[in-house]
Amino acid sequence: MSNTPDTTQTEWDYAPTPERTRPDIASEYGLFINGEFVEPHSGRTFATKNPATGRKLAMVSEADEVDVDRAVKSAKSAGGKWARLKPSERAKYMFRLARRLQECARELAVLETMDGGKPIRESRDVDLPLVAQTFFYHAGWADKLHWAFPGCTPKPVGVCGQIIPWNFPLLMAAWKIAPAIACGNTVVLKPAETTPLTALHLARLLQEIELPDGVVNILTGAGDTGAAVAAHEGMNKIAFTGSTEVGRRIMHTAADRDIPLTLELGGKSPNIVFADADLDQAVEGVVSGIWFNQGHVCCAGSRLFVEECIVDDFVAALRERMGRLRVGDPLDKNTDLGAINSPEQLGRIETLVQQGRAEGAVLHEVNDDPLPKRGNWHRPCFFTGVEPSHTIAREEIFGPVLAVMTFRTPDEAIRRANSTPYGLAAGIWTDKGSKIFDIAARLEAGVVWCNTYNKFDAASPFGGCKASGFGREGGRHGLRAYVKLMEAKR
Amino acid sequence: MSHPVDSVMLAQRAAELAKRSIKTSSKAHGLRLAVSMLDLTTLEGADTPGRVRALCARAIQPCPVALKAPVPMVAAACVYPRLVPVARTALGDSGVLVASVATAFPSGQSSLELRLRETAAAVVAGADEIDMVISRGLFLSGRYKDVVDEIRMVRDAASGAHLKVILETGELETADNIRRAADLVLKAAVSDADLEHGAIFLKTSTGKVSPAATPSSVLVLLEAARAHYRATGVRLGIKPAGGIRTAKQALHMLVMVRETLGQAWLTPKLFRIGASSLLDDLVRQLLRMEDGRYTSMDEVALT
Repeated sequence: MSNTPDTTQTEWDYAPTPERTRPDIASEYGLFINGEFVEPHSGRTFATKNPATGRKLAMVSEADEVDVDRAVKSAKSAGGKWARLKPSERAKYMFRLARRLQECARELAVLETMDGGKPIRESRDVDLPLVAQTFFYHAGWADKLHWAFPGCTPKPVGVCGQIIPWNFPLLMAAWKIAPAIACGNTVVLKPAETTPLTALHLARLLQEIELPDGVVNILTGAGDTGAAVAAHEGMNKIAFTGSTEVGRRIMHTAADRDIPLTLELGGKSPNIVFADADLDQAVEGVVSGIWFNQGHVCCAGSRLFVEECIVDDFVAALRERMGRLRVGDPLDKNTDLGAINSPEQLGRIETLVQQGRAEGAVLHEVNDDPLPKRGNWHRPCFFTGVEPSHTIAREEIFGPVLAVMTFRTPDEAIRRANSTPYGLAAGIWTDKGSKIFDIAARLEAGVVWCNTYNKFDAASPFGGCKASGFGREGGRHGLRAYVKLMEAKR
Repeated sequence: MSHPVDSVMLAQRAAELAKRSIKTSSKAHGLRLAVSMLDLTTLEGADTPGRVRALCARAIQPCPVALKAPVPMVAAACVYPRLVPVARTALGDSGVLVASVATAFPSGQSSLELRLRETAAAVVAGADEIDMVISRGLFLSGRYKDVVDEIRMVRDAASGAHLKVILETGELETADNIRRAADLVLKAAVSDADLEHGAIFLKTSTGKVSPAATPSSVLVLLEAARAHYRATGVRLGIKPAGGIRTAKQALHMLVMVRETLGQAWLTPKLFRIGASSLLDDLVRQLLRMEDGRYTSMDEVALT
């Protein structure tokens, strides 16, 4: 064909499309106690950095025991009035907040990406819409709690200590705060050390919507702050999302004090692909299962089990697809994989990848996108030749690293999938409905996705079993942790 | 069942690809690429030689205004068989190809003999490419082997011309059906001539049935072509047609091709877009990129 030589012979690539919105980031943030930002007792602050550049974004306060005590007292004194407030009025505050979150979604998405490293595509299309939905959904429950628990009178439990991780900072804050305040509780929330900014901007919105002082308090800090929040004797309930190791320590604390606890911990979730699945779509599901949010997802489908008869074709397709992932500047709207959240996490991922090679698994790294010089980066990769006993098949990596294994029969798939201390999520890929029902029922996991993966909804309960924790967040089930149930008087 | 398609995940993937942000230089390049891949089409009962000549003039010179970077010619002009001689004369040796629909387009509901004769006549009259329809009646009644045989016979009747096989995805309705029909075309494409890249095209729709080239249906065809390439090394052509009116939709199609089949498919030899009004928006966007304002349609819409 003679026409158009100049347009068809050069490659068509996407030009950079950086998100230009910039949130208003303060140079320094106080602790949010009793409706206002205050200096920390110790006067200590720490820097929060952009993991994609290594540059400091702001200084954040470090809360100690004295600050935790102030926050708990503020939550306690706000508690009575908040609990007695007409439920439909509590709902109004929450609806107002949800609307403000939608209005500020772009700024908050950019802030989330700058502070945490995830691609703007994800913070814009996944995190922020779910954040707003979580508040809308729970606002709806506030005046309908007796329908959630028929025959009982639900009462608030009191002051809730909530500690959240760095992988979905604002979404985890929403998952914790929304059900708690909808049920009439008050909150002391501790965001993660590396990603405190969106929670602090949420605090600004709480001021704007004039949520009564003390209903939500937000304390920034590192592990010691978290430990102080969990240990404070004024807490009536603890909710924690994070590593299994810290979760176990918090379980001790809660057991000593005999208060209710919910834990959402790590995972090593299996994604099982049968030969009769739509393999094109299964590849996409595996990709979003492990490379979503750089693999910083507790329910990441990090163990892939492929039926042995199709493994070669499937691995070839996966390699091709992985090569097309766009790695780089998280603020570029076409980026698929952003920065690793912290140098510490990057080190941990690199160590485990090294260990995987040392133990004899074969590393596949085909993505050769140029990486920025500064910041924390890890290319997406996967291992084949993985044995169930390998470290990379057992330990949570929390990074863009997939372990590929095979199975011969459904029974073997289930046996291998369940052979893990964890039990958070699982995926099944097959075109056969009866197989889905059979296998889903036999997998030890809190969430089982069928022909899809990483689907979240405020109306759908999420949580794990075994070493992945207990309790549910979202849906009617998620409310249970935030109410005391009294038998209704007849 | 041939290859099962999960329509939920399929739609999700297609929607995900629609979110690629195509700006500045890649937009300018993409718009020109789309123009060069266009099968500029007129398929109306009211078509006249005059109308077809106007279309052909537009095909050779899509943009009335001279831009800094030239706007390429479109790939082909697509007309009814009766108007092939007119298009042939009008396009001459410009490099724009003559595509003719055939086989009792759009329904395909006439005898096989007539359909084959129509195909052969269109080629004799000067068509470089034949856009045939499959018999959806045979397909939906389960006579798959007959569908394959008919495609082979039309291909033989169209000897020398490239063949685009219209599945009419809107009538097949399910993603499973679309994939199965695509696989039947692959099965028919086994002669030596078909081993040439782009000798056979999978085309979504006639444009006479709604829905036509939905992102999901196009993605099914892309996946079928990918599977065929992996198995045989032969690159099948793809042509979405029907309902693609905006530059944004066209760029979305290019993104789907790029991320499903790769850069190698981004050529008019392997990817076409069948449309009549799309060219106006493509040119309008190109003009806007050049002088920063939206032109009135009066300056653009010439056909």
